[in-house]
Amino acid sequence: MASLNLLIAVCLAYVALLFVVAFGAERAALRGKAAWLRSPLVYTLSLSIYCTAWTFYGAVGYAARSGMEYLTIYIGPSLVMVGWFWAVRKMVRIGRSQKITSVADLISSRYGKSNRLAVLVTILAVVGTTPYIALQLQSVTLSVASFSQADAAARPLGDQNSTAFWVAAGLAFFTVLFGTRNLDANERHHGVVMAIAVEAVVKLFALLAVGIFVVWGINGGIGDTFARIDASPLGDWQIKGDRWAGLTCLSAAAFLTLPRMFQVLVVENEEERHLRTASWAFPLYLLLMSLFVVPIAVTGLALLPADSNPDLFVLSVPLALGNNGLALLSFLGGFSSATSMVIVASIALSTMVSNHIVMPIWLSTQGGGAMVSGDVRHVVILARRLSIIGVLLLGYLYYRISGGSTALAAIGLISFSGVAQFLPALIGGLFWRAANRIGALAGLILGGTLWLWCLFLPSFGPDVILPASVLESGPFGIGWLRPWSMFGISGMDPLVHGVFWSLLLNTLAFVAGSLFTFPTPMERLQGAQFVNVFDHSAATRSWSGGMAQSEDLMIMAQRIVGAQEAQALFARAAQAQGLQGYLPEPTPEFLQMLERELAGSVGAATAHAMIGQITGGANVSVQDLLAVADETAQIMEHSSQLEAKSAELARTARQLRAANEKLTALSVQKDAFLSQISHELRTPMTSIRAFSEILRDTEGLDDAGKAKYAGIIHGEAIRLTRLLDDLLDLSVLENGQVNLNIRQGGLSEILDHAIAATGAETGRMVLVRKGLNDVTLNTDMDRLAQVFINLIANAQKYCDADHPVLTIDTQVKDGQLLVDFIDNGTGIGAEAQDVIFEKFSRIGDQQAGGAGLGLAICREIMARLGGAILYLPGQQGAAFRVRLPLPVRMAAQ
Amino acid sequence: MAKNVLVIEDEPNIIEAISFILSRDGWRVATHSNGVDAVSAVQSRRPDLVILDVMLPGRSGYDILRDLRAAAETADLPVLMLTARGQTKDREMAQTLGASRFMSKPFSNAEVLEAVNDLVRP
Repeated sequence: MASLNLLIAVCLAYVALLFVVAFGAERAALRGKAAWLRSPLVYTLSLSIYCTAWTFYGAVGYAARSGMEYLTIYIGPSLVMVGWFWAVRKMVRIGRSQKITSVADLISSRYGKSNRLAVLVTILAVVGTTPYIALQLQSVTLSVASFSQADAAARPLGDQNSTAFWVAAGLAFFTVLFGTRNLDANERHHGVVMAIAVEAVVKLFALLAVGIFVVWGINGGIGDTFARIDASPLGDWQIKGDRWAGLTCLSAAAFLTLPRMFQVLVVENEEERHLRTASWAFPLYLLLMSLFVVPIAVTGLALLPADSNPDLFVLSVPLALGNNGLALLSFLGGFSSATSMVIVASIALSTMVSNHIVMPIWLSTQGGGAMVSGDVRHVVILARRLSIIGVLLLGYLYYRISGGSTALAAIGLISFSGVAQFLPALIGGLFWRAANRIGALAGLILGGTLWLWCLFLPSFGPDVILPASVLESGPFGIGWLRPWSMFGISGMDPLVHGVFWSLLLNTLAFVAGSLFTFPTPMERLQGAQFVNVFDHSAATRSWSGGMAQSEDLMIMAQRIVGAQEAQALFARAAQAQGLQGYLPEPTPEFLQMLERELAGSVGAATAHAMIGQITGGANVSVQDLLAVADETAQIMEHSSQLEAKSAELARTARQLRAANEKLTALSVQKDAFLSQISHELRTPMTSIRAFSEILRDTEGLDDAGKAKYAGIIHGEAIRLTRLLDDLLDLSVLENGQVNLNIRQGGLSEILDHAIAATGAETGRMVLVRKGLNDVTLNTDMDRLAQVFINLIANAQKYCDADHPVLTIDTQVKDGQLLVDFIDNGTGIGAEAQDVIFEKFSRIGDQQAGGAGLGLAICREIMARLGGAILYLPGQQGAAFRVRLPLPVRMAAQ
Repeated sequence: MAKNVLVIEDEPNIIEAISFILSRDGWRVATHSNGVDAVSAVQSRRPDLVILDVMLPGRSGYDILRDLRAAAETADLPVLMLTARGQTKDREMAQTLGASRFMSKPFSNAEVLEAVNDLVRP
């Protein structure tokens, strides 16, 4: 028989070994020789704290009670590690890049560093983990008790409590020693991790040893073992679908959210690639741990008295068969499972409690929180130590209150379901940008409350905290609030029921809260870097002095306000500080000014947060800020694109309107022109037809009459021809199809030709020529002559003076040839001066016989020659000025 | 008794042609070549028939017609409108304003004769 004293001695020796291992690992890490510490194997083994005493002892008990259902506890984490590897990897990446210290820190950090959220998560984690710690204490106590029962000198029963107390105290001591030795920024504990890796090996070895002993030592081989399994009630196990699915999901969720799992999975992770190894090695470990559970359970059920606790079969089977060495090994395995869990859990919880509850309170009592100096480290370590002791004390108290009566597995599942409440906020935070603080708070409060009500409080048993009447008929007789059949849904397994409602309403509240409220700028920022962690977390940058900060500020400012503006802004600021170049010192004045500038683009809060993050050097990387800045820039670009588009549309509409107006005007002009043409053609035709009919039909017309009427017909035919000629001429000029015959010649030559053509020399009108005698031109002489002829002919036709005089005045001014044609008639009224150059505009009576195209043709010709013709008001009579630019060489003559 | 016609037209050759045709048919022809005072000319001469050109210097034939129709003594006066613009809308305009007959230039002498005789029955 193994004596209790021997047991205690072995325990102490084992703990001493762990001390040595932990101490050695710490030293090695300190000396930087810890390469072997950073192996994926150690990481994988440290994950095995998932297998606590509950798994070590409880799985067998579980199998003895509920058949294969215990497998769900292993299937959940395996599914996560294999199937959800990418999600775990994301969580680890975020944890590393954000220097996350706990699951509370992760959730609070994701939702805008909300401390309220952190406190809520911490409290829920403490409440959820306390039963679990109690469970470990209970398992150690029970295992010690089973030894003492076997020991002849059995101790009194009351000693069980003292065993639990001393175990708790011892664990507190160990944890305080190795969990708070130093205050690493990364919250890594090499010694602890190494110790639990050793413990992981011990517990696996112990369980496998017991299993081998049972299969080959007791049952005589694999075949016989299977026969025994078939014979036992365990052989015809049934799967209850809802419990299997529910428990698998629950253990999967707990694997991600348990504070201690988060500690080893994320916080203690040395390198991300370790995760890859763990993704297959850890499920393998779980497989080995579960391999012999059923044989041990079946054997225990067969060999031991019916009233023996199946939770202790692992220990009691070797004991019953007198294999004390194996029993001792088994005890050490259970002891390892319990202690490693308690150590890591209390480290994780103490980090949360001290960081999110104790330190904020302490800082606020100190006043002026910004002025704290180096002694904070001391305070933090003290807070950690007190937290560790407090957490273990709570576990001990729970153990005392619950009386150690409940089956191990039930407590474990309640604990699982408590921390599983973090899942919606955690997963939503990793993958959903819109998830926000309000949603997370709402989900956690609702889920946590339901968990307390449906699972945690009833777990103490009837009449301990909740009276039996409440369990039976609801609080105050409100039936639909009964903890085991909420909302009137009964018949479900109490655990599945509680998990279902708490997680369902938790998720709904989380989603609804996130959808109906808006995240703060800080949350947006954190959300961006959490959800897009793989896009921009390759390297974390450190600040190397003021200039580096200025440069980063500049990079950010450029993305927000645009490169040129930002450079101008920085150059101005640098100049104001008396510096050359673009990088001013990040003085408070400059930062304030920059913040104001940025606020114009991204809003005051975001600008403040961004600058604060850069200059404060907080754990937001520049890349993350730039991601937000890029988003802003994209939004601004998008909106400016929209603006440009709408401006373009407006412009197009304006152009279309203008084009439409022009077309309408053109159409009116065309109608008017056609109408005019019709009139101008029909009028001579009318005379021609009328007189030709008279000539044809009138009998006895005298010769004088005949001659007269034939003369009219002839005259009108000529008029018609001239009209058609003019129209064609005008059409050619207007269409720009005219071929100019440019050649050199003298002005007087052209004038002489024009005067001769109009017969003005011999007419009644006196011609006076003034000004320059001759100017050499380089132009289309015939076209210019046409203009002159037209003007002289007009003067002949329209000058109404008794003694008509036409003065032709030639001068050169500013490189332009000016030829004025001024007669001494009444001239043209001011209102008509605007229209005389239009087609078919005629003033005065019709007898003159022109079609009203002459001046229009003149205007077109002058435009083609590069000059102009205009009416010259303020002379005695009608006055026209022909203006023609002279070539530079000729102007100089 | 010879019937009186007033030809309001600005083109001298057309005036001469119409005068010749109508005189030979026994009409007493008076002419007026200006739009501005055409209405008063009609009122002072009191012709049996007016031949009215649309495009007149100073005032449009349509305006003159509108005035004639508006005045009691000339409201029923036969008016033969002549226009060198043969478009449909000119014809419609003339009809709306109450022209007795509408002819576009160039016209056949026989048609003019037929029209005026049609309009003024002895």
